[in-house]
Amino acid sequence: MRVMAQLAMVMNLDKCIGCHTCSVTCKQAWTNRSGVEYVWFNNVETRPGQGYPRTYEDQERWRGGWELSRRGRLRLKGGGRLRKLLTIFSNPKLPGLDAYYEPWTYDYDTLTTAPLQEHTPVARPRSLISGKPTRITWSANWDDNLGGAPDLADQDPMIKGIEDKVRLEFEKTFMFYLPRICEHCLNPSCAASCPSGAIYKRSEDGIVLVDQDRCRGWRMCVSGCPYKKVYFNHRTGKAEKCTFCFPRVEVGIPTVCAETCVGRLRYIGLMLYDADRVLAAASTKDDRDLYAAQREVFLDPNDSAVISEAERAGIPRDWIEAAQRSPVYALINTYRVALPLHPEYRTMPMVWYIPPLSPVVDVVRDTGHDAEDHGNLFAAVDALRIPVEYLANLFTAGDPAPVDAVLRKLAAMRSYMRDINLGREPRETIPAAVGMTGEQVYDMYRLLALAKYDERYVIPPAHAEQAHGLEELATECSLDYEGGPGMTGPFGESSGALSPIAVENFHLLRDRQTADTLAAPTDKGKRVNLLNWDGKGRPDGLFPLRGEEPKP
Amino acid sequence: MNSPLDILLWGAIPYAAIAVFIVGHLWRYRYDKFGWTTRSSQLYENRLLRLGSPLFHFGILLVALGHVGGLVIPRSWTEAAGITDHAYHLVAVSLGILAGICTLAGAAILIYRRRTVGPVFSATTRNDKVMYVLLIGTILLGLTVTFLGTLAGDPHDYRQTVSPWFRSIFILQPDPALMAAAPLGFRLHAMAAWTLFAFWPFSRLVHVFSFPLGYATRPYIVYRSRDAAPGNRAPRRGWERAT
Repeated sequence: MRVMAQLAMVMNLDKCIGCHTCSVTCKQAWTNRSGVEYVWFNNVETRPGQGYPRTYEDQERWRGGWELSRRGRLRLKGGGRLRKLLTIFSNPKLPGLDAYYEPWTYDYDTLTTAPLQEHTPVARPRSLISGKPTRITWSANWDDNLGGAPDLADQDPMIKGIEDKVRLEFEKTFMFYLPRICEHCLNPSCAASCPSGAIYKRSEDGIVLVDQDRCRGWRMCVSGCPYKKVYFNHRTGKAEKCTFCFPRVEVGIPTVCAETCVGRLRYIGLMLYDADRVLAAASTKDDRDLYAAQREVFLDPNDSAVISEAERAGIPRDWIEAAQRSPVYALINTYRVALPLHPEYRTMPMVWYIPPLSPVVDVVRDTGHDAEDHGNLFAAVDALRIPVEYLANLFTAGDPAPVDAVLRKLAAMRSYMRDINLGREPRETIPAAVGMTGEQVYDMYRLLALAKYDERYVIPPAHAEQAHGLEELATECSLDYEGGPGMTGPFGESSGALSPIAVENFHLLRDRQTADTLAAPTDKGKRVNLLNWDGKGRPDGLFPLRGEEPKP
Repeated sequence: MNSPLDILLWGAIPYAAIAVFIVGHLWRYRYDKFGWTTRSSQLYENRLLRLGSPLFHFGILLVALGHVGGLVIPRSWTEAAGITDHAYHLVAVSLGILAGICTLAGAAILIYRRRTVGPVFSATTRNDKVMYVLLIGTILLGLTVTFLGTLAGDPHDYRQTVSPWFRSIFILQPDPALMAAAPLGFRLHAMAAWTLFAFWPFSRLVHVFSFPLGYATRPYIVYRSRDAAPGNRAPRRGWERAT
C-alpha cells in the first residue's frame, strides 16, 4: 500500500442553474490574457450538446485518454512514445481553433470616436486571432440552453446508440448543465503524453500542473487529454491548464470556481488512495467496471491500517483528519451518489458528479403527478430510460445500474425529507427501499442541501513549517535574503531571480516618499502593472530608460 | 601563406560563432526558460503545416546527418572501410539532393503559409524573419553548390578542403588555407552557416536542443513535490525542510 492524498471535487448537477459564474470568475483569474482568449479552464456545457471543444468526447476522432491493448495492457489511445516522437512536427489530432472557437472583440474604437452622423455607429466584431473583421459563428457556449439543438445536439457523441430514444424536439427534450474543470486524474494521460515531462502530478495533493519553464510546446498533451482540458497558449507557445487554484488551496481556501458558485454545488475535499493499485484499476477489462474499480482504489481514512500507512508515507496528521471529514469522500464512498465523468477514458478522473434528478422530476411534474412522491419518482426513474441512459453514457461508460441507484437515492431523499418538512411521520420504508437508514438520508440531505462553507470545503492548508519565511510574514527582515536588497541581475532590472514582493514594495514606497509628484513619480523608476497589460505593444515604463541609473 | 582576411574568416570567425553559440545557449537557458519553445503555429492553421512541417523537419534532420558524415568522418576512414570515392559521392550527392529538396519543399510550403495565412503572419516576429533569411539562405547556398558541382560533372572534393578545415577548428589547430582554397560557393555556404550558428541561441531554433529523446525512456506519469520552500526564496541554512 502506498498512500497518497488527492484533492478532489464533487459537483451536484441538480443545483447547477447554468449561470456561468464559475467560468467567468475563472477566466478573470486565469485566462484573461492574450494567447488564451479562447481558453476556459472552467466551462459549463448544456447537455445534450456538443461540449467545448466541439464533440471532444468522440475519442474515435480525437484519440484522447488510454485504451487497453489486445493483451490487456494500458496504452495511450493516441499512440505510444515512438508514435508521439514521429508525429511531433505536426500533431495529427490537435483540435484546430474551429473546434474551440475563434475569439473576437468588438471594434469599440469606431463606436466611441464616431462623429455625429445620421445612423447609429456600430462596433463590428473583429477576430482576436487575425485582427480582421469576422463573423461570429461559434463560441464556447453557442448551444447554451439547447440553443440550436435541432441542428446541433444530435452531434453530441453521447447520444450515439440511443439516437432513436432521445427526443430533441423542444417540448419533449430534457437538459441539464455540466460544469467542467480539469479532472486532475490519478492516471493523467496528458502527463503521459508530454514529451518534455513538463506536466507533473504533485505528490502532496495530486494537482496536475504544467511546468511553464519546461514545456516546449510540443502540443501532445492537448490531444492526449480526453477531456480536452489542456490548452495551447498561442502567444507564449506553451500549454496551460486548470491549476485547481493551487495558490488558494495551499492556504486552505477553495478554488475560484467553487468559491463563486452561486448554487453552492461544488464540494472540495481530500481523498486518500493507494497509488500501487491505480494502474491495475485503470487496466480493468470491462469499461463498465471502471467506476467500481476506481472506488476500490480509494482508501478509508478511518481505517487504522490506512492511517498508520498514511503517516508512514509522510502525510501530516491534519491532512488525515481532513480526509476523514472530506465531503467528497462522503459523497463518493459513504452515500455513493457521486459518479466519475467518463471513467471509460481510464484516466481515473477526480472531479465527480452527482447526476441530476431534475430531468426525471420535471417529467413527472409535467404529467400532473406528484413529483415528490417516492413511488412516482421510482417508477419514473425506471420508466424514463432516456435521461438515465444518457447519464450513464456520461458517468458510468453506459451502465445504467449505478445511475439508477443514485437517482433512486436522490428521489428517496426528496420524499423522506418532505414528510419531515411537513411535520408528518417520516416513513422509514422510503430510505429502506434504497438500502439506507433514515439517519443516513438525513445526513446526506444535510450535506447536499444545508452544508455550510467549511463543510463543503474541507481543504487542509499546505504544510509550511517555514511559515516564518513566507513572503509577507515579517517575523524576520524581509530584505534579508540572498543577494541583498534591491539586487539587480547582470542583464537589467528584471533579469535573474525574482525579488521578494516586500523588497519591491520597499523600493516603491521609498521612491514615492522622496518623489516630487504625488502619483507616478517622473524622476523615479516606474513599474507597469502586468496584471492588466494585454501583452501587446510596449507601455511606458515597461523597460527602464536607456542609460538610466540602476536603482541601488 | 594565409592572408589576414583568410585568418579572420576561417580562423577567427568560426571560434567566435562557436563561442556565441555555446555561451548564448547557456545564457538563454538560464534566463529565458519560459521563452524556450517551438512557438508552434499549428493552432492557427493545420492543412499546410501537416504537409510542410514534417517534410522540412525530417529533411533537415537528414541534411544534418549528411553533414556529420561529410565533415566529421575523414576520407581515410571511409577508404579503410572499403568505400570507393565514386560510391561515396554517389550516395552523398543522391541522398544530399533528396534531403535538400525535401527540406526546401517543406520550407517553401512553410514560408508560403507564414506569409499568406493571416494569423501565422501576424505571429511572426522580426527575429523569426532574420532567422528565416539565414536558415533558408544557408540551405539554398548548400544545395546550389551541390547541384552546380554535379551538373558541371566535376564536383569539388570537399573532403580535401572543407572537411579537414572543419575538423582542424575542433582540434584547435585551425588551418584557414584549406578553406581559402575551396570554391566560392562552399565558402559562402560556410560563412552563412557560421552566421546562423551565432544567431541560433537568440532565435526560436533553440527548440532543436529540446527534442525530447528522454520521453522514450521516462515513466509515463511524472510526480513532483511542491517546492520545498514556500515563498520565492531558498530556505536559509538550518531552516531546510525536515524530512
